Amino acid sequence: MHEFSAQVGPAAFRIGSQWRSPVDQLAALYADYPKPEIPDFSVRLEAVSMLRRFIRPSVMIEGDYMLPDAAPLPLAQALLAAEMGMNLQMALGWRRHLLLHASAVEKDGKALIMTGASGSGKSTLSALLGQSGWRFMGDEFVLLDLESGAAVPFPRLISLKNEAIAAMEAQADAARFGPLMEGTPKGNIRHLMPPVDAIARMAEPAKPALLLFPRYGHNWAVRDVAPGETFMRMTQASTNYVALGEAGFTAMTRFIKTTPARAIDYQSGAEAVSLAEGLWEQLA
Amino acid sequence: MSCDAMLLVDALREPATTRALDANDWTALIAMARAEQLIGTLAERLKSESVPPKVAEILAEARINADYQRRSALWEAECAARALSDYPGKVVLMKGTAYVAADLKAGEGRHIGDLDVLVAREDLPQVEALLLSKGGWEWVKEDAYDDAYYRDHMHELPPLIHKERDRMIDVHHTILPLTARPSPDAAGMLANAQLIDSNLTVRAEPVEARNRSESRPSTSSARTETLCVLSPTDMVIHCTAHMIADGDLAGGLRNLWDFHCLTTQFAESDPDFWPQLSARAARHQLLPAVQCAARLSLRLYGTTIPQTWGRKKLADAYFVRRLTARDGWGRPTRKVTRLAFYIRSHWLRMPPLMLARHLWTKWRKG
Repeated sequence: MHEFSAQVGPAAFRIGSQWRSPVDQLAALYADYPKPEIPDFSVRLEAVSMLRRFIRPSVMIEGDYMLPDAAPLPLAQALLAAEMGMNLQMALGWRRHLLLHASAVEKDGKALIMTGASGSGKSTLSALLGQSGWRFMGDEFVLLDLESGAAVPFPRLISLKNEAIAAMEAQADAARFGPLMEGTPKGNIRHLMPPVDAIARMAEPAKPALLLFPRYGHNWAVRDVAPGETFMRMTQASTNYVALGEAGFTAMTRFIKTTPARAIDYQSGAEAVSLAEGLWEQLA
Repeated sequence: MSCDAMLLVDALREPATTRALDANDWTALIAMARAEQLIGTLAERLKSESVPPKVAEILAEARINADYQRRSALWEAECAARALSDYPGKVVLMKGTAYVAADLKAGEGRHIGDLDVLVAREDLPQVEALLLSKGGWEWVKEDAYDDAYYRDHMHELPPLIHKERDRMIDVHHTILPLTARPSPDAAGMLANAQLIDSNLTVRAEPVEARNRSESRPSTSSARTETLCVLSPTDMVIHCTAHMIADGDLAGGLRNLWDFHCLTTQFAESDPDFWPQLSARAARHQLLPAVQCAARLSLRLYGTTIPQTWGRKKLADAYFVRRLTARDGWGRPTRKVTRLAFYIRSHWLRMPPLMLARHLWTKWRKG
């Protein structure tokens, strides 16, 4: 088993792979991250069968927490498999914070949190803001501290999909990109290392100050979101809200009561950035 | 370092053994405990041990998750009881749900998946109809062969899943497949089943709901007269039947830990427990299985068992080899041993000709 490990925010991962190439790719992309002594989670990239380790190699995502019917990926997409495996551990196993499926950036100790379905643009938006004066906190999960309510960063690799790839290639250092993976189940995917300061400051939490529900592909619009709707949407956006019981309810309601929320529709990245910054001036 | 799950067994048996572990050992121990669904149990066992800070975080998280599982298991039992409030017979909770409902040591930190209940065989149609119509459960399998197979030969109904909560309920009418050689006395088990203290399930409800049900006792009183757990001896025998006389020992370390906790706790409060267990197991035709489990429990977890039971048998070593077949990544190991126990489980489950026919049908259906 080839082995790799890295710490992302409060969570540490160990990846074991039957092939060498995914581990080399991970080591390059996670070069700026600390190495843990004891990982929180183990992820394994295993061949579907002995034969398929060599002939048309096919990767199964296994680990401490698994989905029973996850489809295997070709070896060329092993990096995606590793990332999916790590996300899965968080989604199914993490109980130390209230976990929100959201992206976040920080300014002056305050966090702008963005959530929405896949394709809403929350990941791209956090990456764009992270290149323009904000600290990138994460593009997939925001962790809310159960005691203080603070947003804890989880700045894993930024997972760029389809048209977001070109948009970010124009903005970020070419040396910080992973390989382009074409034709994955989610379309084209290319990973981007978060800015150096985002990784160096990944233990620094921020106070939630604004919650946005971005939606890509619609005409410019801003809409108030009432606390009741926010509550329904956020409980759906959390994978461990129910498991945390009363502590989860307390953290969720405090977050919603203290954080103003807006839904924004936009047609381009630039439009979304100016919308977000305008609302931030006004509300945060 | 240790290359199999003896590392986990040692930590459960004697928490002090973990003081010698280095970072790699801890990593392996945690992966194994998760793979065997014993991480919550391990967290309970290591509660008063001093462990590395990262391990303390992982174990605290496992306790939060175990609380959640306990809460949801009791809630499922409560929902089943509500759906069956018009059913006059006993509804016996089994396995994990029973252990937490009866507040037993075996329930501490335990992983709990499906809800398992036992009812009288002649009442199955009524219970099934109530769960489907009033409870919101529905069939998982649409396959006619599987459905018929369950109904004709198994000890339980085909599994039902809840429409909204996505949780399964297994309704048993006995503890082993009808085609297995031993035939336990299910009616005797039901007769001896004990009502549980209703407060245990009500505890999962918010305070206001509890107050309401005190002033209007209609729902809760129906419930208290239905939900039961097996008697201590039958509970141990069911745990054994499930582990030694039926399955392929998947989850065996956890089942054996249940056996260890149950027998230890019952023997502490009743000095006659072991002789009673022996007599009761003989009645259910499961004494050899219970004795095998006891020897394994002594061997792995250091359980105190009657001296006359403790004589080593050659086959026990194969069981130990199967039970500890797990590596430091949490991967299953010892393929041949695993396969042998898988074949054994089918062999125990049905006579050879029937097995051949069953496998042939399954194979043709792909």
